[in-house]
Order: sequence, then C-alpha cells, then structure tokens
Amino acid sequence: MKRLKKHTRTDLITYLGVAAAFLAISALRNNGALSRSLTGQLVPICCYMSMAVSLNLTVGILGELSLGHAGFMSVGAFSGIVAAMSLQTAVPFVPLRLAIAMAVGAAAAAIAGAVVGMPVLRLRGDYLAIVTLAFGEIIKELINCLLVGYDAKGLHVVFNLTGGKTVEDLRLGEGGVALIKGAQGATATATIATFTAGFVLVMITLAVVLNLKHSRAGRAVMALRDNAIAAESIGLNVTKYKMMAFVTSAALAGAAGALYGLNFSSLQATKFNFNTSILILVFVVLGGLGNIWGSLIAAAALTVLPELLRAFSDYRMLVYAIVLILVMLATNNAGFTAFLRRFLRWPGRSTGKEAA
Amino acid sequence: MEFLSYLISGISLGSVYAIIALGYTMVYGIAKMLNFAHGDVIMVGGYISFCGMSYLGLPTVLSVLLAMAVCTVLGVVIEGLAYKPLRAAPSLAVLITAIGVSYFLQNAALLIWGASGKVYSPVIPVTNAAGEPNALRLFGGSLSISYISLLTMAACIVIMIGLTFFTSRTKLGKAMRACSEDKGAAQLMGINVNATISTTFAIGSALAAIAGVLLCSFNPTLTPTTGSMPGIKAFTAAVFGGIGSIPGAFLGGVLLGVIESMAQAYVSTNLANSIVFAVLIVTLLVKPAGLLGRYVPEKV
Repeated sequence: MKRLKKHTRTDLITYLGVAAAFLAISALRNNGALSRSLTGQLVPICCYMSMAVSLNLTVGILGELSLGHAGFMSVGAFSGIVAAMSLQTAVPFVPLRLAIAMAVGAAAAAIAGAVVGMPVLRLRGDYLAIVTLAFGEIIKELINCLLVGYDAKGLHVVFNLTGGKTVEDLRLGEGGVALIKGAQGATATATIATFTAGFVLVMITLAVVLNLKHSRAGRAVMALRDNAIAAESIGLNVTKYKMMAFVTSAALAGAAGALYGLNFSSLQATKFNFNTSILILVFVVLGGLGNIWGSLIAAAALTVLPELLRAFSDYRMLVYAIVLILVMLATNNAGFTAFLRRFLRWPGRSTGKEAA
Repeated sequence: MEFLSYLISGISLGSVYAIIALGYTMVYGIAKMLNFAHGDVIMVGGYISFCGMSYLGLPTVLSVLLAMAVCTVLGVVIEGLAYKPLRAAPSLAVLITAIGVSYFLQNAALLIWGASGKVYSPVIPVTNAAGEPNALRLFGGSLSISYISLLTMAACIVIMIGLTFFTSRTKLGKAMRACSEDKGAAQLMGINVNATISTTFAIGSALAAIAGVLLCSFNPTLTPTTGSMPGIKAFTAAVFGGIGSIPGAFLGGVLLGVIESMAQAYVSTNLANSIVFAVLIVTLLVKPAGLLGRYVPEKV
C-alpha cells in the first residue's frame, strides 16, 4: 500500500468501500434484516450516488454550477424506458436488456449534454447556473409533451404541442403499446432494475470519474477551474475540456436515469424538476466539492435520512431542513465550529480551512 | 383588441415578476448570493395577508401592511441566523443554506396552514356589488382592464421609481451601492456593512410581501409551494434584465410577463415556460450580462 500514490490509495479504498457496502447490504437483505421501505430505496440510492458523483464532475472538478442535472437524468430515464420496452421481444435476456437501456440512456443524455453545453459553457458563474436551470425546465416541459408508442412497424413519436393530441394520434398498429403518454408519463413499465445493476452503475461511474480526474485531461479540466485565463494562456483548449467534462457528466446522469426509470412502473417528467436538481447539488456540496467518496456518503445518508426521521412524523421535512442548515453552518462558520469543538471536546484541527 | 388584452395581462403579470425581481436583484447586488428562499417569503406574505383578511377580519390595507411587517422581520431574522454566519464562506455553501431555508419555510407553512390550497380573495374584488366586473372599460367596452391590473402596474412603477431614488439619493442607498461595489472599502469609509446588508434584506422581503399579495390576487389558490415557480421566474427576469440593476429588473420582469402571456395565447400553453426560458438563453448568449447589466471583462 505504501508504494502507491496517495490518490491511487484513496481511489482503491473508495472502490473497496463501495464493494464492501454492497456485499454487506446484500447479505442483510437476504437475511430479511432490512425494512421494506429501505429495500425499496436501494436502487434509487445507487442512482442518486451515481448522479451525485457525476454532478461532482461538473461542479467540483470543472467548477461550474449546474442547476439542471435532473434534466439529463430525465432524458436518460425516458429514452431508457423506450429502449427497454421496445426491445422486450428482441432481447429476452433481462440483464442485457437493462444494459442496453442504460447505454441508450447514456447516449441520449450525452447528446442532450452536447446540445446544452455548447451555448451554456460560454457563460460564467451565476449566469451559467441560471441557464442550466432554464434548460432543465425546458427538457421537463418538452418530455411532458411527448407521446411515444411502439408496434410491429417500430417506434411512433408524436409531439403534443397544442395539448390537443392523445394516444390515438400515434396511430399504432395491431398489438402496439403506448410507452410515454405526455403528461401521464411512462406507465406500465416492466421494472427490470436490480440492486446489482445499481452497484455496477456506481462502480462504472466511479471508474469513469476517478480515471478522468487523474488523467491528463482531468488535470487540464482542474486547471481551467482554478484559473481559466492562465490555463488558456498555456495552450489548453478551453471549449474542448469543458465540453468533455460536461458531456461525460451528462452521460453518466443519463445511465443513472435509465436505471431509475426502470425501477418504477410509472414515471412522470415532473419527477425530474428543479427540486431534484437541487437535491443532487445538496449531496455534492455536503459531501465536499471535488470529493468523490464524500458525494457517495452524502447521497446515501440524505436519501435514508427522511426514513430515519420517521419518528418525527409530520415534522420530518422540517427537521431535514434544519439539519441541512445546521450542517452548512457547522462546516463553514469558524465561530460555530470552534463552539462545537469546545462543547464536544473534539481534538482541535488547525484552521487551515479558512485560507482555502 | 385581443392582442391588446393579452398584452395588458402580460404587463400586469410581468409587473408582479418585476416587483419580486427587484427584491432579488437588490439582495444579489449586495450579498452576491442567489437567495432561493425569496420565493418562499412571497408565499409567507400571501398567507399572512390571507390570515389578516379572513381570520382577523382586518381591512385589506391593514392586512397588507401586516404581511409587509411580518415578512420584513422574517427576512432580517433569516439573514441574521442563516446567512450572516456564512459571510466568508464559499458561495455554494450559502446557496445550499438558502435552499435549506426555502425547505424550512415551505414545510413550516405546510404544518401551519395544511397542504390544501386556501382560496384567496383578491385585494380588489373581481366584480363589484352590482355584479359588474371591476374594470376600466375602453373603446366602448371592447377592451377592459381590471382595476387589480392597474393597481399592480402602478405599484410596480412606484416601487421602481422609489428604489431608484432611494439608491441614488439617500445616504443609506448610497451605502448599499458602496457595499455592492467593494465591501472592504465601504467598511473603511465608516459604513456598517452588516447593518446595510440587513436593511437590504428587509426591503427585499417587504417587496416580496407586496408581490405575494398581488400574485395571489391574480392566482387565487394559495399553497405552500405558491412562491417557488414565480420566484424562479422572477430570478430569471432579474438575470434577463441584468442582475444588480434596478431598471434592468423592472424591464426584465415586464418583458418576461409579456413573453409568457403571448406564448400562452399564440403558441402553446404547454410550452409557455420553455419559451420564456429559451428567450432568456438566447438573450444571455448575445448579451452575457443581461439587457442592462454591466459587462466587466476579467483582467489578469
């Protein structure tokens, strides 16, 4: 272990930690030690972990605030559902079909990421944030107007611009099924997502993001984050590296979205609204910007937290909000941290954080 | 005539956005933070004035004043408890705290007033005692402008002019501008930066209360999430007009309202918000600092 580079060691611990957590939870589940509501949360937790790590690529490593990450998840979810449902007879082997659906979701979200990234990445700071928010809302409304059906002839797509069109307008042939019904969303989806697939997704996301971070391209991306002008002056192609990070992040979100979509028999586009984007951003910021395993833990902890707060019944979201505010104050305010430390007699850490 | 009536409804909706955007833009200008809880202060303003009118039986003017007072206090308390300790923290930490405050306000409202919508009676009734619409009739009755629209537009213009005067002429207003330019230098000139920021939050929250009353008069169902979407749109309006600029927020808000109204009338009701956001994106690509914003090139 000693001979490995420091980041290699951290990465290895991250992979091993995720694998160990997966094995432990699988064992617990097989023994029936997990509550039903928690078992139902396993696949969403994996999806949110993957979303948080991919958003960390944009926010922590590229340094651009994105408020529309759920939009890419949405694109991935609905294209994944269409792929999985229309390949039901062609690919009877379920894990393969799930893999294809996730790949299709990733590809569709990557295309969306490229289309969005082209204009967005020219802007800076809060302006960039508001435009990603705008794109997230646009994606939500466009999918809300989408009608997709499948029959023997292939896919039928109708765009319900005026709100007057129904499933009839798809003109499906004999035995055709409507997959996405506008505002009703996708209904009667075969739920083929599994916890194992979620584990594989998290591992792939980790591998992509960690390898990108430590590669030459990743160092270029971080140089852009720290000082765009200096990076450009030594000959780095700003657009290329920004797009690389942004599109990768979108593609991973798309794969997570596909898995998420295939975990529920019915799904509406409004699920992936501004609040979902914010939720994922909260995971990233609480876990620490640029800190990959921090994102994993924050995503898991905050998804389970509302369940654990069940004892507070009606007050649980209120408590959640207070916990969120207190955690932000505790981690970012020097006076508050000093007070806590004196109160709990924590070993004093140097205040090097203030300089950063 | 049809076009004119859509235009007028767009301008009055836009005036509400403009009032919210003015609060946003002032807070952003001085504290450099996206205050996501602003939309929820609007909602609180709506509920307080609703309670004043329906439960306490106060006259309309008094309940609006009550809502403004409560929101002002709320704004100052939020700033003092949640944002002031994070003055030196990275902006993302403040953003997340603002989101926490937003969740808190929404869920507190949910517990106090319940999830089902309250039916808000507009500050000026839609019809008068004789059953005729309370509206100004023009062109022999073919175009009618409701008094509430007129009130909204008038309120918006008065607020805009008042704020412009306040920031350019009064001592406190000048202190605000100084703080938004450079906090350190302002402090050296003897300006109490913390007090100035608190005052800005107080003004922004009072404006949010007015906006809440007017918003609920147009859209009479009041729920704990009433403020979210108008808050986001008003923020878009502030960015559209150039964030930090008071005339910019006014212009952005009104234009946004008109675009939304026209898109709903002539293109598609389903995609009205998308069209609004698409216009924002195109505008920002052409003018990266918004319509009236100052573009500050970065120096090395």
